[in-house]
Amino acid sequence: MTGGKELFAEIDSPAKLAKISEICRAAFARQKTRFLICAGTGCVAMGSLPVLAEFKRQIAERGLAVDVEMLFEGREAVTAAAGSGCHGFCEKGPLVRVEPQGIFYNKVKAEDVAEILAASLDQNSIVERLLYKNPDGSPCLTVHEVPFYSGQTRNVLERCGLIDPEDIREYFAHDGYQALAKALREYTPEQVIEIVSRSNLRGRGGAGFTTGKKWATCRRAPGDTKYVVCNCDEGDPGAFMDRSVLEADPHAVLEGMAIAAYAVGAERGFLYVRAEYPLAVARLQKAMEQAIKWKVLGENIMGCGFNFYPEIFQGAGAFVCGEETSLLASLEGGRGMPRMKPPFPAEEGLWKRPTVLNNVKTLAKVPKIIDQGADWFAATGTVKSPGTAVFALTGKIKNSGLIEVPMGITLREIVYGIGGGIINDGKFKAVQTGGPSGGCLPEELLELEVDFDSLRSAGSMMGSGGMVVLDEKSCMVDIARYFLEFTVHESCGQCTPCRDGIWQMLHILNDITAGKGRPEDLALLEEMGKSIIAGAICGLGKTAPNPVLSTLRYFRPEYEAHIQDKACPALNCQELIAYQIDPNKCKACGRCRKECPVEAIKGEKKTPHVIEQSKCCKCGICLETCPAKFSAVSKITGKHGDGSLASIDR
Amino acid sequence: MAAIFSRFKGRREELIPILQAVQEKFSYLPEEAMQQVARFISVSESRVYGAATFYSQFYFTQRGKHNIKVCCGTACHVKGAKSILEAFERELGVASGGTTEDFKYNLERVACIGSCALAPVVMVDDTVYGHMEARRVTECLKTDPDSKL
Ligand SMILES: Cc1cc2nc3c(=O)[nH]c(=O)nc-3n(C[C@H](O)[C@H](O)[C@H](O)COP(=O)(O)O)c2cc1C
Ligand code: SF4
Ligand code: SF4
Ligand code: SF4
Ligand code: FES
Repeated sequence: MTGGKELFAEIDSPAKLAKISEICRAAFARQKTRFLICAGTGCVAMGSLPVLAEFKRQIAERGLAVDVEMLFEGREAVTAAAGSGCHGFCEKGPLVRVEPQGIFYNKVKAEDVAEILAASLDQNSIVERLLYKNPDGSPCLTVHEVPFYSGQTRNVLERCGLIDPEDIREYFAHDGYQALAKALREYTPEQVIEIVSRSNLRGRGGAGFTTGKKWATCRRAPGDTKYVVCNCDEGDPGAFMDRSVLEADPHAVLEGMAIAAYAVGAERGFLYVRAEYPLAVARLQKAMEQAIKWKVLGENIMGCGFNFYPEIFQGAGAFVCGEETSLLASLEGGRGMPRMKPPFPAEEGLWKRPTVLNNVKTLAKVPKIIDQGADWFAATGTVKSPGTAVFALTGKIKNSGLIEVPMGITLREIVYGIGGGIINDGKFKAVQTGGPSGGCLPEELLELEVDFDSLRSAGSMMGSGGMVVLDEKSCMVDIARYFLEFTVHESCGQCTPCRDGIWQMLHILNDITAGKGRPEDLALLEEMGKSIIAGAICGLGKTAPNPVLSTLRYFRPEYEAHIQDKACPALNCQELIAYQIDPNKCKACGRCRKECPVEAIKGEKKTPHVIEQSKCCKCGICLETCPAKFSAVSKITGKHGDGSLASIDR
Repeated sequence: MAAIFSRFKGRREELIPILQAVQEKFSYLPEEAMQQVARFISVSESRVYGAATFYSQFYFTQRGKHNIKVCCGTACHVKGAKSILEAFERELGVASGGTTEDFKYNLERVACIGSCALAPVVMVDDTVYGHMEARRVTECLKTDPDSKL
């Protein structure tokens, strides 16, 4: 196989960009059948890389391998396989899409590749056993029929999973950098701000501040040197939206940043990326180098006289650095301590210069707003929160993964439509949004229309987009305790309400989950929560009590059960539960005895086994190992082992 | 160290990237190295130390060869991450945050490694193990890169 010469031309005018886009579109259209194998973090963990390698190997073996450069020389390709960014439906990975038909295969293994290739290339058919099946067993032929996707509106995630993020020409083929060209050629910076303002785009980093207003403040602020910063710190535990966008479509973020820089009058930009995201850093680095080489970023962009130099900065593992003032302090090379606002970063930010700081998704939305107009953007979503929201839907939900939905969709549509309901057809209990700053919403609120304001008035937050579904086995007191533990650990320790107050609250919750709570604790928690919200310097402290306050508001009886009955109704809190073997069900197979790590299970052949409670460390392994047909092990709560409370089987 | 410094200009705001480079080389931040960094960017040693201790990514003692990261993010927490972490602690005989005596493993709890759909998740070096169960912990340690040799 001979590789062709790489097509490359400096893009020295918007007209040239249009021409290059056309060439790229035509070149990629010469691939007749395209297999896109998800190489996002989730699918890689499920083994997608060997699947990709197998596709490439077999295509080469069939003598069909044509590299991208040859497409540009006009060669047709019968087929090609490429790794792509996250397709979203991580739960069912490894995922393979066949384009342009849109055939969607899930749980693909390397052994399946021959069959898939034969079906697509030789027989013009479909491998039915690898299709996604609805709960009633009917298969979904294309991606558009899969309920997980059909309920979504993909704008930010439009290209995620469809393009190879490591080749800028694929981005060009999808109108990449056209919006930047349009902004530079047709609009003054003020007009760009006007369009973004009119679209009513609100920041996707959590607080939902109006982006146009922020840009306008920065533009008006005195001084010649200004900066644009993209917040890629995504620290919420249970959230991976920004990471997926960065990994799957890095150019969209860079293009949005360049437009922001043009609008406010900045030349330098920084992407502050979380330390734990090496793949995102690599993809961004590569994207930046390519964009500068093609002259769509860097000096004299597309010959329009505008310069923009982005740089990557890797964080070093501190959640509080997601907070804007703390992030800027960290960029300047010090401890990431938040400071009082005002002045806001848009007035006085990095090195005391006016700085626009936006979230990844906020910036990724900008190119399309410029391209399609403010009205196009405002047509989706609700009046006060237009556009879409990206959530990482996880927890006790059947279809977990990355989703994008219009603002205003109900929680029920997300959980039961896209999400397919609770795993094992369990009972819904709550949905947690907004991470450590947010709260838990109960079943009564399933009809709530999700947007920035509705979530806030329900005692939660949009946050950056984590949405964790909880079922009856999740203890709400423990969830609140979990988030406090997180914020105590991440507090920078600068102000007393946060440093000491949250710590105190955590101790009270630790006592409650250990069965040592006092009736007066609940009022005390509420009072402390309110004063911390009033007294803390930054958003971390100001929102940290939310998980406690919202669970107290909606799930108070569960707290009371822990305090009064010393019981954990969800059978979760270790100190309030015990494991028990039902002598009538135990068949003395001995499996649990062998697996128990602390030798707490006694028993002999043919005699029902017994757990010695004083030794048991409550690891739950016996419950996992006891064969389903016996189901002799159960968890109980209440006074240890007295069996007075109903035991719930697995 | 000279090789590391040659990649930087010696400005204050380069502190974190420099410390990251130092740690990449030594796997932790030796005291002497931090003193040199302080001189290189002309700030006090306490400033370097203060910044380094602020971030959880930096370590100040010798580290083990393999990293075991047990995800304790929300999605993993609600699916039983705690019992997985306890199983590793038992199996390795170290508390989370610690290093085994033979410097073979570091055990850490981390907040979300971005594979929530596969919760609970454990990462051994670069390999992600999804849908973990406490009883699979020994299996996970058996397939570590060393024992394959
Ligand atoms: C403790 C804390 C953590 C935060 N973490 C993030 C984060 O990970 N990503 C993010 O974009 N914004 C985060 N924010 C919000 C930022 O401070 C800031 O409001 C946001 O990045 C602004 O961008 P936007 O206007 O596009 O939303 C955090 C705020 C607080 C208080
Ligand atoms: S609220 Fe907490 S994190 Fe924020 S400045 Fe105060 S102590 Fe630091
Ligand atoms: S819960 Fe764990 S420690 Fe307790 S009896 Fe079962 S296997 Fe043994
Ligand atoms: S695994 Fe179940 S059936 Fe077998 S000895 Fe244990 S409790 Fe009895
Ligand atoms: S919460 Fe564990 S991978 Fe996200």
